Amino acid sequence: MPDSGVGSSVRRREDQRFLTGVGKYVDDINRADQVWAVFVRSPHAHAVVKSIDSTAAVAAPGVVAIFTGADMAADSVGSLPCGWTVVDRHGNPHKGPPHFPLVRDKVRYVGDHVAVVIAETRQQAQDAAELVEVDYEDLAPVVNPAGALSNDAPQLHEEAPGNLCFDWELGDQAAVDDAISNASHVATLKLVNNRLIPNAMEPRSALAEYEPGTGNYILHSTSQNPHLLRLILCAFVLGLPEHKVRVIAPDVGGGFGSKIYCYAEETVCTWAAKKVGRPIKWTADRSESFLADAHGRDHVTEVKLALDANGKFTALKVDTIANMGAYLSNFASCVPTYLYATLLAGQYTTPVIYANVKAVFTNTAPVDAYRGAGRPEATYLLERIVEVAARETGIDPAELRMRNFIPPDAFPYATPVALTYDTGNYGIAMDKALEMIDYKGFAERKRQSAAKGKLRGIGFSAYIEACGIAPSAVVGSLGAGVGLWESAQVRFNATGSVSVFTGSHSHGQGHETTFAQLTAEKLGIPYENIEIVHGDTGSIPMGMGTYGSRSLAVGGSAIIRACDKVIEKGRKIAAHLMEASVEDVEFDGGQYKVAGTDKSKTIAEIAFTAYVPHNYPEDVEPGLDETAFYDPLNFTYPAGTHIAEVEIDPETGVTEIVDWVAVDDFGKVINPMIVEGQVHGGVAQGVGQALLEGCVYDPETGQLLTGSYMDYCMPRADNLPLLKVATTETACTHNPLGVKGCGEAGAIAAPAALMNAITNALGCEIDMPATPEKVWRAAQARGAQAAE
Amino acid sequence: MPSVSMKVNGKQVSAEVEPRTLLVSFLRENLRLTGTHVGCDTSQCGSCVVHVNGKSVKACSMLAIQANDTEVTTIEGLAVNGELHPMQAAFREHHGLQCGFCTPGMVMSAVDLLQENPKPSETEIRDWLEGNICRCTGYQNIVKAIQAAADEMGG
Repeated sequence: MPDSGVGSSVRRREDQRFLTGVGKYVDDINRADQVWAVFVRSPHAHAVVKSIDSTAAVAAPGVVAIFTGADMAADSVGSLPCGWTVVDRHGNPHKGPPHFPLVRDKVRYVGDHVAVVIAETRQQAQDAAELVEVDYEDLAPVVNPAGALSNDAPQLHEEAPGNLCFDWELGDQAAVDDAISNASHVATLKLVNNRLIPNAMEPRSALAEYEPGTGNYILHSTSQNPHLLRLILCAFVLGLPEHKVRVIAPDVGGGFGSKIYCYAEETVCTWAAKKVGRPIKWTADRSESFLADAHGRDHVTEVKLALDANGKFTALKVDTIANMGAYLSNFASCVPTYLYATLLAGQYTTPVIYANVKAVFTNTAPVDAYRGAGRPEATYLLERIVEVAARETGIDPAELRMRNFIPPDAFPYATPVALTYDTGNYGIAMDKALEMIDYKGFAERKRQSAAKGKLRGIGFSAYIEACGIAPSAVVGSLGAGVGLWESAQVRFNATGSVSVFTGSHSHGQGHETTFAQLTAEKLGIPYENIEIVHGDTGSIPMGMGTYGSRSLAVGGSAIIRACDKVIEKGRKIAAHLMEASVEDVEFDGGQYKVAGTDKSKTIAEIAFTAYVPHNYPEDVEPGLDETAFYDPLNFTYPAGTHIAEVEIDPETGVTEIVDWVAVDDFGKVINPMIVEGQVHGGVAQGVGQALLEGCVYDPETGQLLTGSYMDYCMPRADNLPLLKVATTETACTHNPLGVKGCGEAGAIAAPAALMNAITNALGCEIDMPATPEKVWRAAQARGAQAAE
Repeated sequence: MPSVSMKVNGKQVSAEVEPRTLLVSFLRENLRLTGTHVGCDTSQCGSCVVHVNGKSVKACSMLAIQANDTEVTTIEGLAVNGELHPMQAAFREHHGLQCGFCTPGMVMSAVDLLQENPKPSETEIRDWLEGNICRCTGYQNIVKAIQAAADEMGG
């Protein structure tokens, strides 16, 4: 058995149940008298719902009930809210038209929720759903974000004239324009950040129950964020008291952002469970996941980078149109603003930056945070334009980056776009990455490829991300509707084992192992004696869930704070037992010791005394059970350099990734094995975005053309190389663990590295995904140009 | 309704099912063997791979009645007397899983690979896994786990 302390690659305790098939995902949980919900979804991208005729469907075998938006309106069910109010450049709040769980007047995207059919079996509900007759009056759709802003574009919402959700800006436009006009060189690029579909392997699912005896609701949900789901359901949509609703998110099969939100389906099931008086189960099939999970990215951007004669960046200007989809999802508005434009300094000392973001409504599924959320979009455009600048100025791309890195002695560093990076050392990550990929040997490798008729390219991505969004007071002043703390309860049981209740949620990240490691080290007790409890509002004090690589930095810090409280209380009990003054009692390695003596008590003995307080200090409460809330002082700033090397066959357009190095600074690492796994997974998603994945809606009809795995190309085992992964370490300066977060890094860094390698090989710009067809066309055009 | 009968994880089972019932639905809903997962509608993802008469099969691409009189092994039947199969142990040792949802199908595919090819190369492993999608691991540690299991199993 390996050492279980912080820094060791403890094997995961959650694996036993997953590997033997006894994990409990929501769809694995059933109730004896449950019924099934199936949603009638819009086949049109944009249409008026003139009437809904359920006569035939109600009479179908097994049907228990059919509900529409009118039924929910009659119960005064509210709309699904956006939890972050962005104020536009003119001081006005963003346009937030209502998003009802079942539509009331119009459908606004293919897959929009028109009615729900509840029947004894799923098959019966599916059969009956096909019998619901909806009379639609078709309207022209718009799916292209730029097109949605044109004067003659179809209008989605009365509340949002011109389909504009907000027109927002950050930075000093005049200073940027001035610097651009005085620049020695200005690199310019137009690029698309392609729309993605998250595709957690477990489809979303809900099991909603109502207990008439207590008036309580229990919702099992595939949520990354059970407390927030409960808050939104209760306070904003269903109007229920929070204490009457328990949300349980058990084993969850991946999230990547798509399971943060409060969706129509779980809302409808919870509301309907009381109406039909039976538990209601709903599980998405993959087609529904494609249609109605929150999508990611979808930006169109023009960027300008100004440089002086020495290759120093003097200004950056960014104009982005961000597609919000048909409605604002829970966090949609903060993704292309505070999680995007604030990252545009990257790792560089660019003195002035200006970003304008126009967010628009289109007849497509709502877009929200997807692994990285805003930060991949920022990194992609910044690292692409830096590469363009390197090509145009003839400066080596690694050298150009290093020339502009924030130097290690400049931290804490205030960027011109509102963030203060606490710590970092970007040069050592770049140096290490260059060495690992043998950058010096690249020219020779390129010659060898050319001799075989292949195009070889190398691409850099020196990324930064901001994890663990914080502090609450700051995000509140910027429009957030919630606090962004995390809670933890650390409870010693009488016999010395410890239960840790955390508000962050694990859906693949291995919290049950990592959190136990850090608790064991902090309390000096065996790792095996610690259980981690998560995902149940019925047992966990409060929580804000898992997203934005916040779990360890924020949730782990809350655990440490709760442990500190436990240790402090135990010190008083120990002092009493050992007849010493509290000041003389030291805690180390699970032992309380009286300084300068051989007297000691283990923390397990203290815990037993706390629950069997026969000999106990008068002024101390029994029990050893403490709760802490941790509100971070700042974001954490993981950063690093990824380098991709590719070989392209110009005859087929196929890009082969021949080498990949990732050197990341995640601060302190608790479990290196788990961190490495997070990097692998993140890079795979970034490679997917760059090479394969792209959500496509038909521009004329608004139909989703990539609606299944037959059409949406997911990365498979043979699309990826063996990645070479390393870390550097500058500890976070403001959380007690020194940790930064690693979950999104790969997805943030990878697209730029890979596209820079491909454009380096091709010698021209192309947009993601770099499919063989697109690469082939570019290679052929290049060949034709060379022949002229 | 037609009846089906098969041996699942060594135990004889039978039931009446609608003709349209898929093998995966029969396993999950009739037998409550929920380790076999459903991840897609198009037989692309491989979360539902089981063994039918010793060969890996996507349980969503076969009707329950087509599995009549067969021997079926699911992930629940792989460990013996509480001892993980070497493939399961290798996935654990090499961190070949994160959320665990694709894992049962991945493990069942991998076990069949080693039956076909006891000493596969990295390329052969990656090719074999083209019918299984994992969204978490980037496949790197899955490949490592399968290589290690092949060594362990004496391939």
